[in-house]
Amino acid sequence: MNARECPPRKDGYDKVRGRARYVADLGRADVLHACTIRTRLPGGRVAAVHWGPEVAWAEYVVVTGDDIPGRNCVQMITDDQPALVKDRFRHAGEPVVLLAHPDRRALAQAAAAVRIEEEPGAGPVFDIDAALARAADGTVFQEYELRKGDAAKAAAEIEWRGTYVTGAQEHLYIEPQGMVACYQDGTLIIEGSMQCPYYVQAAVAVATGLPAGSVRIRPCATGGAFGGKEEYPSHIAIHAALLALKAPGRSVSLIYDRAEDMAVTPKRHPSRSIVRLGADRHGRLRFMDIDFVIDGGAYVTLSPVVLSRGVIHAAGPYRCPHVRVRGRAVATNHPPFGAFRGFGAPQSIFALECAMDDLARHLGVSPVELRARNLLGDGDVSPAGQRVEGIDMPGILRRALAHSAYDERQKACRAWNAREKRSRRGLGIATFYHGAGFTGNGERHLASRAGLRVRAEGTVEILCSNTEMGQGMQTTLAQIVADALTIPYDWVQVAVADTGDVPNSGPTVASRTCMVVGRILEQAAADVLERLRAQGGLPVPHDPQAFAQGCARFHAACGPLVCMSEYVAPASAWNEATFQGAPYGSFAWACYVAEVEVDLVTYAVTVRDFFALQEVGRIVHPVVAAGQIEGGIAQGIGFALTEKVVFGADGVMANNRVTNYILPTSADLPPIRVVFEQNGQGAGPRGATGIGELPMDGPAPAIVNAINAALGIALSGVPVLPEDVMAAIEGAKGGRHAIAL
Amino acid sequence: MSGRWWRPRDLACALRIRAQEPAVCVAGATDLMAGGWDPAGSYLDLSALAALAGIRETEAGIEIGALVTCTALGRHAVIRARLPLLAQSAAATGSRAIQNRATLGGNVMNASPAADNPPVLLAYGAQVRLASERGLRSLPYEEFHTGYKTTACAADEIVHSFLVPVPDAGSHQYFRKVGTRRAQAISKVTLALAGQAGREGLCVRIGLASVGPVPVLARTAAAVLRAGRTAACTRERLQEALQADIAPQDDIRSTRLYRDRVAFNLLKEALCGFPTWSDAF
Amino acid sequence: MRLRCSVNGRRLAETVCPADRLLDYLRARGCTSVKEGCGEGECGACAVLLNGRLVNSCLVPLAHAEDADVLTVEGLPDDDPLSGHFVFEGGTQCGMCTPGMVLAAHALLAECPRPDRARMQEALAGNLCRCTGFEGIYRAIARAAAP
Ligand SMILES: Cc1cc2nc3c(=O)[nH]c(=O)nc-3n(C[C@H](O)[C@H](O)[C@H](O)COP(=O)(O)OP(=O)(O)OC[C@H]3O[C@@H](n4cnc5c(N)ncnc54)[C@H](O)[C@@H]3O)c2cc1C
Ligand code: FES
Ligand code: FES
Repeated sequence: MNARECPPRKDGYDKVRGRARYVADLGRADVLHACTIRTRLPGGRVAAVHWGPEVAWAEYVVVTGDDIPGRNCVQMITDDQPALVKDRFRHAGEPVVLLAHPDRRALAQAAAAVRIEEEPGAGPVFDIDAALARAADGTVFQEYELRKGDAAKAAAEIEWRGTYVTGAQEHLYIEPQGMVACYQDGTLIIEGSMQCPYYVQAAVAVATGLPAGSVRIRPCATGGAFGGKEEYPSHIAIHAALLALKAPGRSVSLIYDRAEDMAVTPKRHPSRSIVRLGADRHGRLRFMDIDFVIDGGAYVTLSPVVLSRGVIHAAGPYRCPHVRVRGRAVATNHPPFGAFRGFGAPQSIFALECAMDDLARHLGVSPVELRARNLLGDGDVSPAGQRVEGIDMPGILRRALAHSAYDERQKACRAWNAREKRSRRGLGIATFYHGAGFTGNGERHLASRAGLRVRAEGTVEILCSNTEMGQGMQTTLAQIVADALTIPYDWVQVAVADTGDVPNSGPTVASRTCMVVGRILEQAAADVLERLRAQGGLPVPHDPQAFAQGCARFHAACGPLVCMSEYVAPASAWNEATFQGAPYGSFAWACYVAEVEVDLVTYAVTVRDFFALQEVGRIVHPVVAAGQIEGGIAQGIGFALTEKVVFGADGVMANNRVTNYILPTSADLPPIRVVFEQNGQGAGPRGATGIGELPMDGPAPAIVNAINAALGIALSGVPVLPEDVMAAIEGAKGGRHAIAL
Repeated sequence: MSGRWWRPRDLACALRIRAQEPAVCVAGATDLMAGGWDPAGSYLDLSALAALAGIRETEAGIEIGALVTCTALGRHAVIRARLPLLAQSAAATGSRAIQNRATLGGNVMNASPAADNPPVLLAYGAQVRLASERGLRSLPYEEFHTGYKTTACAADEIVHSFLVPVPDAGSHQYFRKVGTRRAQAISKVTLALAGQAGREGLCVRIGLASVGPVPVLARTAAAVLRAGRTAACTRERLQEALQADIAPQDDIRSTRLYRDRVAFNLLKEALCGFPTWSDAF
Repeated sequence: MRLRCSVNGRRLAETVCPADRLLDYLRARGCTSVKEGCGEGECGACAVLLNGRLVNSCLVPLAHAEDADVLTVEGLPDDDPLSGHFVFEGGTQCGMCTPGMVLAAHALLAECPRPDRARMQEALAGNLCRCTGFEGIYRAIARAAAP
């Protein structure tokens, strides 16, 4: 890899040197520390708030639902969620009172002196089946159906029906969430950790009643997000803003500690899928009929969009004449679930990829063979009714098997299992795709804008509202712009995504930054060149020096040069009613292979090796791209094997400590081997597509398929803890012990 | 109102403070500061006491000061050669950063049923030595844990050191920690075994963690094994015996059933090291 | 108590509360590379070298920094090769684990100049990274270890 392909990360040195400023590092003078007092019951009414007489309340900034100048809601898709509870509430952990004080200890004392008197509501519901059974109004937030052909009526020679479940997953970004707000001279400035500055601005404006122009949002370095800082930062920002409005001129710092962050912020939606697959004798899929349900928690938040992505990915990259996917997001009394890398797709893909292995077993063919017979190839029509061009999924499968030495390792596993008594080894695969950018017509509605500010000496600033949270977007976008302008990478910087300075280029989600925003910036770069040629005497072609001279001439003649550009949505035909058409700008395609070893003494599963081959259109920065895949796979391994959210009787995460929520450590992760293919056909700059979420989809099914292959059992849910493996082994042997003495 | 912090360098002085002040003892502070640390509390910091430091070989065994850290145990040549299980358990205690600070004295005084080193101290038949102004007394470690998070260490005493007898050459030793993951994990079941084959049965000591309110010495199972592979020591009897020794619970990390099974699986794996039991699987 | 210690080579002497956390002390003195990720010793984001040994500063009372040398990444030389490899090899993404991880890697290399993968896995197990999957970190350490 050369230095042009792999220049140093823009944020790299600041991060290794510890100079990057996160919200906890802002060190604003004269700060007020803030905290949140919450409901304890899983739904009910707040009857009264009691203020302990021992506290000198006048020293504190106190905010309740009565102090909200604007509308009492956190604006998202719907406005059903209050910013602060005044009366009715739906889950434990809802905010009721906000306090701020310069001294942390005094703050803690006051917090302990607030007592919220709650009256319980109707019996809470905490799981999907119970929510579906309680068929009252409002229990289904959203329902979608994808229809191709007629799956209900289709017949097949062989049928498989299975139920698959996935658990909640906690993001556990290493930086807890937080915001610092200050209201001065009519302007509210909010700094913090986030993915979507303009979401925060809109939500704060609604709740405070201030015009959006008076609310300025400045993201700090964001210490990991993975979807967890898409929507919740709006809550914290509103809370910090409400306090700041009552203490003009002071900075209010509302930073969660780890326990609070884990207890109240959204997690990945738990899911339950019933998958019916029909095939002919030759293993060709005849129908797929999938009932996909996610637990939305107590408020709508982002569930509809998570659901739609889950539904679209539920039938996978397979050729099948009759497909029906029914998707529902149901209401429960958990704190709302939200965006997490993959956004519903890891859940529905898990179900399908496990069901494919189950069907293969049922048919008596290998999982590889079944997939080879059904994967989409050039000219095939996807379950969403889209004709696939330039993609050869069977080839991707073949090359993944060859690269990963699948056959040899399969033999080695068999030999191991024949020889060794204390463990079993197995291989599992998953084949899948992931669409980049907003679903359907979402990008068109967003109408993102981004631009370039060109300085007289030839350096260029990227103006966009996307945030750097580790995914490397500063680096990738700078490369795209440097390439488009043929100037050195060092001349391009990404401006702070301050809503007072940058246009709204949409949220930093859905693997869209490189593909969608990168594309807009390419257009802006073309505009820059055009204007420099017209008014700065820029020659064609030009070298960097000529570019700098052109800039100088332009500035002298015309002043500052800023070019804004807007997203031009392709004429996509997406039918919301049938979920047919072109759901995404482009897809990334992949085949992942996991090798596992199951210890029969402890029932623990170790992933010995993880191989990931993906077709991604084009790679912009090889190290950044590999890092996205490697990191996503690590999260996928955690999702598969250790990361279990345990809910307490109140429906709130009970293992909300880093010591009790089990992330894979360095010692738990296998070698992760990443191979890219680049056909140049992505919808992004020079054929790139989004890749950030893709790696989350494959690990869980590949690993569960590998465990099932190793042991001859039929696990159908994640996470698979050793306790589950033990139960499955004992179940398979009729309750007898796995190991005879 | 701020508390006090004593950091004596001299044992007598420390013991006097211990006798007179209701201060909390501090060694490496890893347990203390990980939960409910009160910066305004009163503390007796033992970390500067030379009398509690160091590892010495004596006639009666190896003497290990209460302040010896897990890192020191894991690396010490004598420990690695002669008490290998202790080197292993120390290296399995939390992460590197924890091991650099965590002391053996703190590990047993914290009295967590899930602590990793107690099973080894039980298997080796260690003595714990407690110091107070009344003098130094020695107690079999198996009598140290008196109940959930309670110990035989009196209010005026501190843990001074451990005396660990060195197992005979040719003895078989086994340690395995089953945690929530492969490293930096809290134990779900840990088992340590040391001993040798006698003329008839096995003469072993078995220590376990996370299978009851205190670290457990499996006396019943050891008694069954003493009978050797006879009708008195079948797989069923051994399993029953182990179940009588332990009292695992469901908690946020695992289940009673899992702990029961895995404890027995670990015992079987440990027994595979004895020729007469090499077919245990 | 009167605390004397050296932080990144700078000698400090001041009156402090002995039970306060080293983490807060360092951050208050501008070493904001030392991050609080959990406050209970689990994540390693607050890791520093105390007399050359890796410790989690959230679990160190100031009394234990008495006469000690404390090193944070702010105290590494500007041309520290390992830090550069972290930048180029994908050893950092969001950056929250990075300062602690770089110090853990330094502690490892001081002890074992050419660690294999297993050794790296073991040495870094107390430094959680949610972003990288560790491959970039291993590449960086391997580069630093190469002759
Ligand atoms: C992140 C993390 C991971 C951990 N992982 C593990 C693990 O995997 N396995 C494991 O076993 N433990 C683990 N622990 C627990 C802990 O590190 C150990 O128990 C450690 O050995 C305690 O030693 P210390 O010197 O730090 O004790 P301290 O915290 O200083 O003290 C612990 C207790 O013992 C008392 N005490 C200490 N020394 C004496 C003495 N000499 N005389 C009288 N009383 C004394 C103290 O008053 C206190 O009550 C972990 C802890 C953390 C924070
Ligand atoms: S903050 Fe110290 S280890 Fe997490
Ligand atoms: S780089 Fe984000 S936690 Fe490691």
